[in-house]
Amino acid sequence: MPVVVGVSVVVFSIVHLLPGDPVLAILSGANATPEQERELRAQLRLDDPLPAQYVRFISRAAIGDFGRSIFTRRPVIEEIAEQLPSTLELAATAIVIAIVVGLALGLLAAVWHNTWIDRTAMLVALGGVSMPSFWLGLLLIFVFSLQLGWLPATGQGGVTRLLLPAATIGLNYSAVIARLVRSSLLEVLGHGYISTARAKGLSEWGVTLKHALGNALIPVTTIIGVQLGNLLAGTIIVETVFSRRGMGRLAVTAVLDKDYPLIQGVVLVSALGYVLTNLLVDLSYAALDPRIRHREGAKG
Amino acid sequence: MLPRVLRRRKSALVGGLILAVVALAALFAPALAPYDPIKVRPAEALSPPSLSHPFGTDQYGRDILSRAMTGARLSLLTGLGAVAVALTAGVVVGLACGVIGGWTDLLVMRVVDIMMAFPGILMALVVVAVLGQGTVNVMLAVSVSLIPTFVRLVRGDVLSVRENAYVEAARALGGAPARVALRHVLPNVVAPIIVISTVAIAWSIILGASLSFLGLGPRPPIPEWGIDLSSGRNYLLRAWWISSVPGFCIMLTVVAVNLVGDALRDELDPRLRSLANL
Repeated sequence: MPVVVGVSVVVFSIVHLLPGDPVLAILSGANATPEQERELRAQLRLDDPLPAQYVRFISRAAIGDFGRSIFTRRPVIEEIAEQLPSTLELAATAIVIAIVVGLALGLLAAVWHNTWIDRTAMLVALGGVSMPSFWLGLLLIFVFSLQLGWLPATGQGGVTRLLLPAATIGLNYSAVIARLVRSSLLEVLGHGYISTARAKGLSEWGVTLKHALGNALIPVTTIIGVQLGNLLAGTIIVETVFSRRGMGRLAVTAVLDKDYPLIQGVVLVSALGYVLTNLLVDLSYAALDPRIRHREGAKG
Repeated sequence: MLPRVLRRRKSALVGGLILAVVALAALFAPALAPYDPIKVRPAEALSPPSLSHPFGTDQYGRDILSRAMTGARLSLLTGLGAVAVALTAGVVVGLACGVIGGWTDLLVMRVVDIMMAFPGILMALVVVAVLGQGTVNVMLAVSVSLIPTFVRLVRGDVLSVRENAYVEAARALGGAPARVALRHVLPNVVAPIIVISTVAIAWSIILGASLSFLGLGPRPPIPEWGIDLSSGRNYLLRAWWISSVPGFCIMLTVVAVNLVGDALRDELDPRLRSLANL
């Protein structure tokens, strides 16, 4: 909760940290008369003391009123509501791809530890973390749209238009997950109960999947949670590369247009989403790890 | 320490060599670049790689090799500069928090929590929105997005190092707090800081190029990898080399930084494995 209040203060401050007068910034290029300027100043009530302005900002924001976009003159909340589903759809698909590819690479590398399979998987992962998403996206467009013609390069709607952008984000994050699954699995595989399971005569895959994976996934969940916010942020670039609609595109346009109400709205909604996801991850963490579950239970 | 790591680990050596080449190319770009990276030559526009233009030319006839070499300066500068700023801020604030403790620590950590509520690139976007576009502002934006991570790491390590007997002994001998912090605590938290810094350099290079790609960084015709990659987007089929060369340069540099970083991490502190993945 204190974080949420802090975030709102930061977002509120954006307008006040701006160099120069926000009224002039808003009216720039509009050839405003001094009268219009006074009117806008009164409308925004920028002469009130700052705490009063903050209280007004936050009580409006709490009911979803972020004011109107300077550019389109539409309520900011409408703009956001229009773009959000597209980004959520992209992020959800991306995370599925990231987890599937990441788990597969990490498992392969851990089970065949120190063989060429391990080294190849980790080389792929290194490439994945080192590849900027806009470059990966362009490569995918080049190969799958321009050369092979399998998938459309840009635009909106349908699975075919979702696949390439989601793969761009997903592959980037699968690399992080793969490295972590591998190191976490290798650590767990060194424990005593794994030797017991092996001594029972279980196959290496049986041991890994049945006994090791569950425990190895606990740190992985945390990272997936932490990465979830970055993944959402990754949509900022990928949406631009693939000319998709969405929150990321909206954020970039808002910054380029200096559309401050829109920036405030987008940033506040994104940061709240990030905080909320992290909360959910913490909760699922407790569900996954019996040690935390029992400790919490003992306390209550 | 670095020479030892480079000797012992082949991958780090490869990374180090690549970085040396990129750094030399960047440093001596004005002397080494075969053409003026900004001068437009319409007659030579979109020429494919050849002997006179090893990486081809872009839609304005500018030599891609020369632009890539000159562009390396900005990318390396953003990466190193952003990390230097964030590192300084992180060490000063983190050390102070860990040593002073109490209300100061509580307050600063709340601020860090708030900064952490913005995913890196969003934070950078906010900073660019406030400061305006441009090379220096992009560097500052990237560094602001890194500061909370550094503060947290340094503070956490300071807290654990502080409990050691030798720190207590230094305090008992009457050492001033600042002196104890600098002479006895700081040297023992250097290893994780070095490891995180290399990861941060890689991340800064990517984030800096991303912001330029979005059109928030330096303005064309300044040669910069993110800008050049973006300007070649519409020529992928006719002239794939325009985007590919800067894209490959970014990737190669970041891979090299990561190779060195991974080796340093394994060498200095295996405990950091999971941390460095952040």
